[in-house]
Amino acid sequence: MEAFGLLLHGFAVLLTWKTLLLMMVGLVLGIFVGVLPGLGGPNGVAILLPLTFTMDPTSAIVMLSCIYWGALFGGAITSILFNIPGEAWSVATTFDGYPMAQQGRAAEALTAAFTSSFIGSLVAVLLITFLAPMISSFALKFGPPEFFAVYLLTFCSFVGLGREAKHKTVISMSLGLLLAGVGMDTVSGQLRMTFGSAELLRGINFLVAVIGLFGISEILLTMEERLALRGHAASISLRVVLSVWKDLPKYWVTLLRSSVIGCWLGITPGGAIAASFMGYNLAKRFAKDQESFGKGRIEGVFAPETAAHASGTAALLPMLALGIPGSGTAAILLGGLMVWGLNPGPLLFVEHKDFVWGLIASMYLGNVVGLVLVLTTVPIFASILRVPFAAVAPMIVVSCAIGAYAIQNAMFDIWLMLGFGVVGYVFKKIGIPLAPFTLALVLGSRAEDAFRLSMIGSGGDMKVFWSNGLVGTITTLAIVLLFWPVIDRAFAGVARLVRPAKA
Amino acid sequence: MSNTELEIVVDDPTAPEENSPAVVSTGAVDVIVSLLLLALALVLGWDNWRTGASWDSTGPQPGYFPFYLSVILGAASLYGLGAAFVSRREAAETFVTRAQLRRVMAVFVPTFLFCVATQYLGLYVASFLLIAGFMRLVGKIALWKSLLTAFVFTAAMFVTFDIAFDVIMPKGPLEAAFGY
Repeated sequence: MEAFGLLLHGFAVLLTWKTLLLMMVGLVLGIFVGVLPGLGGPNGVAILLPLTFTMDPTSAIVMLSCIYWGALFGGAITSILFNIPGEAWSVATTFDGYPMAQQGRAAEALTAAFTSSFIGSLVAVLLITFLAPMISSFALKFGPPEFFAVYLLTFCSFVGLGREAKHKTVISMSLGLLLAGVGMDTVSGQLRMTFGSAELLRGINFLVAVIGLFGISEILLTMEERLALRGHAASISLRVVLSVWKDLPKYWVTLLRSSVIGCWLGITPGGAIAASFMGYNLAKRFAKDQESFGKGRIEGVFAPETAAHASGTAALLPMLALGIPGSGTAAILLGGLMVWGLNPGPLLFVEHKDFVWGLIASMYLGNVVGLVLVLTTVPIFASILRVPFAAVAPMIVVSCAIGAYAIQNAMFDIWLMLGFGVVGYVFKKIGIPLAPFTLALVLGSRAEDAFRLSMIGSGGDMKVFWSNGLVGTITTLAIVLLFWPVIDRAFAGVARLVRPAKA
Repeated sequence: MSNTELEIVVDDPTAPEENSPAVVSTGAVDVIVSLLLLALALVLGWDNWRTGASWDSTGPQPGYFPFYLSVILGAASLYGLGAAFVSRREAAETFVTRAQLRRVMAVFVPTFLFCVATQYLGLYVASFLLIAGFMRLVGKIALWKSLLTAFVFTAAMFVTFDIAFDVIMPKGPLEAAFGY
């Protein structure tokens, strides 16, 4: 197995004291932002990104991905102990996790959550290890038309499969693509949409937008809510951990089912939120005594947590193999890669072997270290919630400003960040999704380049997107997905006409 | 419930009241945002048209791709405008209540002042002022705790970024007096 040898090499890259220390720091910071109310995966990564600017790419990505794992672990703590889901994908965990905590079984629930997160991520990482190199070597044959078709597929599937109002997804996406085009045009060198402003010449930096959209706006949103909370403190003893682990094999069907759901929804832009609910609902449907769900059943913790983490991890697969992030957080990590001059996509596996395999190895190590870390330190992290928000909020604002400034050493970016903070706050409240915006902003210029290169190659003939079997299939699939809700309804209508008696 | 477990209770004395009157409805904000986006689409579309949004001998001109995106954005905001007028149910929902708005402003105004201060006094002085001021005035935390936290955090940031990692932040007269 070639992948296996490369993976071992990746471990060798990682196993230095410095990297291990960075992993620990990343995990602790990640759990910290995960536990804080209102902050979670993408926000945490966006806020802490500037810390990594001065590191070499491998250390930086290891630390960032550990922040991400940490935030995922941290979300489970507040869901179970306080009934406050840190992120939308931990909502399903509260259904059975919080009742368990009320019955005094908090330690059991936490162990179950952490263990199943670990299992979910592990399955997804295994998938990445063996599938990503294959996909990327296949994608090496792609030309500009194929790449544009894949980008189109990503955008269309967001519109067609997303649960938000379609026109709002379109608004979010086209705005992202437009803002990506501000500044110097990479093909002709001409200026676009700068309106004579010297500040806009640089373009709108992706990370500045992300820090504003996710960091600042989240602080504003959090302040709106009542911040009082009441919950259970818990410490986990080795005995509880072992007893939960001893029972694990009994739930292998649930764990496997949730892992598969998670991996699938992670790679397609369905996302962790859908995965966690689907995992929970399916576990409930297949259970013998459905009534016991929602009253503190351990399976009700296993199912959503496994699915959410499998999905969160699997979202990194298309990012590594094709340069297309499967989730908002993956998009931010992708933006990070670009800061260090790495061009995500199939060539990454050829040109930066050390980096890719170091990253994949860090997913394994980060999860193991993370599991041990959360199991031993839960009481400390639960008490973080006692720190008043009035102390945390200004510190987050300062970190955001440092991050925004550090990217291009521009004061203008701090103002831009503030502007995006307000935009993010308003958009979130009126239901314009931010994930398509993020994705469009990070992919925008590459999608445009791919489009223009294929147009130049074909002499302006749109038929180039159907010029061979591969690109034709992808383009057609993209258009089908774009109109999926319409097609779905049409099918349902036809089915009702054919069998009116059964409906 | 086992008696070995401690409860964690955190109060929020300045929490927004539940029955505070609405300042603006979601429907109204929807309309305003749609109008703003429409205006943006028009401005950007016009600018790209001026740059050149057609084809020349080499392929699409620089404005081609963004011009059609502006068209899509404009169409989607027009649709949103229509949808906001049609759906009355959503329109009546509260966007923000007066109490909530007060709390949001309690963060936004200091953040805005922080940005202004960063421009003139440098980031570190601004950060000290923001943290100390926010903790004391908004959080009602004891003065010495606020000052100490602000100082420790700002100093830690300075050491981490400016000294250890060479990430240079904007500075003002205070840092200049110390020779940085």
